[in-house]
Parts: sequence; structure tokens; C-alpha cells
Amino acid sequence: MSTLEVAGTRARGASPTTAAGRLRALGRAELALLARNRGVVFTAVSVPLLLPFSVRPALDHVDLKKQGLTVGTTMLTAAIGFSFLFAVYTSLVNAYVARREELVLKRLRTGELSDAEILAGTALPAVGIGLAQAVVVSAACAALLHTGAPKAPYLLLPGVLAGLVISAGLAALTAAFTRTVESGQVTALPLMFVSMLGSGITFPTEIMPRRLASVCEMLPLSAPIRLVRGGWTGQLSGYEVLGALGTALAWAILAVFAGRRWFRWEPRR
Amino acid sequence: MDYDEHEHVIEVTDLKRVYGGGFEAVRGISFSVARGEIFALLGTNGAGKTSTVELLEGLAEPAEGRIRILGHDPYRERAAVRPRTGVMLQEGGFPAELTVAETARMWAGCTSGARPEAEALALVGLTGKHEVRVKQLSGGERRRLDLALALLNDPEVLFLDEPTTGLDAEGRRDTWELVRALRDAGTTVLLTTHYLEEAEGLADRLAILHEGRIAVSGTPAEVTAGRPSRMSFELPQGYFLGDLPPLAELGVSGHEVEGRVVRLRTTELQLTATRVLTWAERAGVELRALDVRSASLEEAFLGIAREQTRGQASAQAQEVAA
Repeated sequence: MSTLEVAGTRARGASPTTAAGRLRALGRAELALLARNRGVVFTAVSVPLLLPFSVRPALDHVDLKKQGLTVGTTMLTAAIGFSFLFAVYTSLVNAYVARREELVLKRLRTGELSDAEILAGTALPAVGIGLAQAVVVSAACAALLHTGAPKAPYLLLPGVLAGLVISAGLAALTAAFTRTVESGQVTALPLMFVSMLGSGITFPTEIMPRRLASVCEMLPLSAPIRLVRGGWTGQLSGYEVLGALGTALAWAILAVFAGRRWFRWEPRR
Repeated sequence: MDYDEHEHVIEVTDLKRVYGGGFEAVRGISFSVARGEIFALLGTNGAGKTSTVELLEGLAEPAEGRIRILGHDPYRERAAVRPRTGVMLQEGGFPAELTVAETARMWAGCTSGARPEAEALALVGLTGKHEVRVKQLSGGERRRLDLALALLNDPEVLFLDEPTTGLDAEGRRDTWELVRALRDAGTTVLLTTHYLEEAEGLADRLAILHEGRIAVSGTPAEVTAGRPSRMSFELPQGYFLGDLPPLAELGVSGHEVEGRVVRLRTTELQLTATRVLTWAERAGVELRALDVRSASLEEAFLGIAREQTRGQASAQAQEVAA
């Protein structure tokens, strides 16, 4: 122990860290952790790819053509919606709660990372997986389900980004009132159910009664899903696009604000 | 370099911390620590040690009072303070599934001017453990990993919250040696401990916390000064306390008898010991379990707990009377 210089090794002011460098370091560790949590990886990767097929039989009973929809675009939006919910939302609730209960977040806060960086760095791998899934699923659908190229591709990016940000922000908020990793399986359910049924993930909101549909359009993930679907079908009017973009932006800001505002950094004792 | 021998790198004024339920964990404490000093916060469990250190580390904002670390507010000026401090929390805080090397790499990536990870791990004797998962480390090894990461940035100020809890005797000695070497190299160290011998052996100055207040502070010598020394022994069969010379003549200021064991408190240890031993020799008796010790931090510590409890009891009695 004594042959090493214990102190005085640092050239003061040399090589200060950058936000990007800190995020990379944290994101990399978080990715290694994610890869070691087989259950979470399986759910995050397989559910968004497999679950849409369970939706398919139901679609046979719906007259999609009348709404200008096809089986391909409907399953595609289902896959991307499931990706928001499983790859990002639930896996991040799990990560935030686990790190908090292990006192990892508290320890991180003693270092140079800002609070926002800790939340963002922890979310990086999950958001990355969500983004990758959106790309893969889109390519697969285009190739296998003959959806063709998206008609309004410029709507896909804001739709997917907003969905990822909203899912991550709401995961931080959900983690705030989730005491253990196990109870996260319950506290995450409300948003899962509401989004699957009401945000156009398992079936398009276009086939709902009009009044119900207009309420459901205001749900957190509805606008991102609308943007993604609209990006493929090209059927959103300019007015509808603005509405969806505004709603998505509002939810993204609200989710991030609420997640940061009410986040708990230490376990309740 | 802005080195000044008398510079106070830690300044704490009238610090208070109140928890959500209204519990006042820290009730107005003030102290300062000079550069290159080891300062120990002592106290029983619940005395407010960790509550205080967490405020100094900038993890929470004080309810009242002022903290300056290297001239900055550690909570509001986080970015200015963190690159120059190292922190070891009371309990780990590392993901169980990462290896030691991965954990160190992550921290190094978040630390300005980090020394090579292998060097930091070598400082605490974890060289052979790079590929071991954190969950497989022993409690002591986890403490040492924590210390290694606190040292990554070669901090000017180091906070150690119970650094040797869970370490075996050897690990504890190694840590003490390391902390002394850090101090000698100019690092300022603030540590909490409930091992009295740790504070006595390591600290340049210390404060004993009791119920959120500083009961006494100073160098270990100052804190123990004025505290009585102790002498204890077993009375031989057939002898009673009254067979000893009068206690006042022995320089004894207080005593207890428990079965055959006699405990004497004295401020003149040499006088007391000489007279008791002379008496024993003349009487031709053997004093078994003979123990003679000068005033220690332990005596000071127990004395404070005793006095405060007594003070409280009399205060309560007054309240009842009024």
C-alpha cells in the first residue's frame, strides 16, 4: 500500500469531465447491468416484437380499410407502442428503483454528475433499445407486411422521440412511489393498461366511438402513436399534425418535469 | 497554488438539519477544519454524525446554518465543489452485478483528473479483485472499493463515514495507515466513527456529538484532559473497601464496588496507584485483575453520555415539579 503515491498525483484542473463523457460512462455501466438482467432483457426485446402478432386476429374483425388503415401499419404501431411500454417504461421503472434501493443513486450524487445526468445516463440503454426496436420493426414491417415506405416520414422521428422521452419521464415518476423492484410490477400497470387500450397500441383509436376517442387522444402516449401511424399512412391533416405535435411536446415536458420534481433519490427508511 | 497553512477548508456555522417528520437530527453545530487536518466526528448511534456529514457532502440542504467547503456551498455550488472532494458513504452504493473494474471504470469516467483505476484499487489492496462482481465481495472489500473510488480524483477534502466498519483488524490498520499518508500529503479528512481508539489514534482534532449537538471538541489530549483516570482490582478474600487507606488520602475522586471488584476514579493516577500498591505490599495481599489506565476518550465519551442523561433527568424532574 505504501509504494504508491497516495495523493498529489493530480495536475489540478487537468482533464475536467464533460457532460457527454459522464453520460457515456454511466450509460455504459447501465448497459452492462441491463445485459445481466435476463428477465428484463427478454421482456424488453421480445414483447414488442412478438405481442403485435397476438393483436393480429382481432384486426381481422375490424374494417381497417374504411379507416384507411392496413394490417401492416396497425401492427407496426402496436410494436412501437409496446416498445415504449416494455423496453423503456417498465425496464426503467425497474432500473431506477433498483439503483435507488441499492443506494447507487445516492452514491452517484456525491460525485460530479448532476441530478439530470444521473437520470438521463441511467435511461440511456433502455431508450437506445427502444429506438433500435423502432428502426428494426419499421424495416421488418416494410419488408414483410408490404406497408411500403412511410408516406410522411418527417412525422416518425418526432413521434418516436416524444414516445421515448414520455416513457422515460413517467418511469422516473412511477419509481418515485414504487418501494421495491417487485412492487414495480404493480405500480407500472395503470399506465400499461391505459396506454395499450386507449392510446391506439392494441387497436387504433379510429375505430372507437368519437367522444371516447377524443378523450383517449389526450393520454400520454396517444400523440406519439398517432404521429408514428400518421407518418406511415400520411393521412393526418395539417391541423391534426399540429395538434398531435403539440400534445406530444406538452406530455414530454410534463413527464420530464414531473419525473425530476418528484423523483426520490434515497430509499424510505 | 492557494495553499495556506491556516486556511479552513471546512467551515460549519450553526448547522441544523430537520427531517420530514420534524425530527431535529442536527441542532446547531459549528466547527472548522484546517487544511491537512484529520477531524473526527464521534458519537453514539443517532447522535447526528451521518446527518451532519451528508450536509457537508452536499447531499441535502441544511434547515439552518452555513457550510463552506473550500469556500463554496456544497449543495448550491455542487459543480465547483465535487471535483475537489472525495466521499465514502456509510453504506456501499454500487450495483451488485458490476465487477470491481467496471465499477471503477464508470466512476473514473465521471471524475475529473481521475488517476488510473488500477492504481486506485491498488491503494486499498484490491489488485487481485478486478473481475469479481461487487455482490461477491466481502463487507470489508466493499468498504475498500468505496474508499478507492473516493480517492480517484486525489481529493483535497475527503469525507469518510465510518470507513472501517466491517473491516477486520488488519484491514482497519491498513486503512488508518492510508488515511495518515493522505493527511501527510496534504489531504483534509473528515471522518465519523464509533470506534474510540480510531478517533484517538487518527484524529488531529475531534468533536463528540450527542443528540445533535457538539458536547465537547478539541485535540484528543484536550478532550481527555480533566477526565479522571481509572484503577480497578479485585479485593482479596476477607478484605473490604474500608480496609484500604482513606480514599481521600489515595487521591481518589470517585469509586464503585461491584462484588469484590473495586473501581477508583482519580486525577492523580500515579499517586493513587503507588499508594494502593504500597498498601497491598505491606498487607501482603495480591490484587487480582489489576487494571490501571490513564484518562481515555472512552472515559470522556461515557462521561458525556452519563452527564447528559443526568442533566435531562433533572430537567425533567424540574418540569414535573413546576
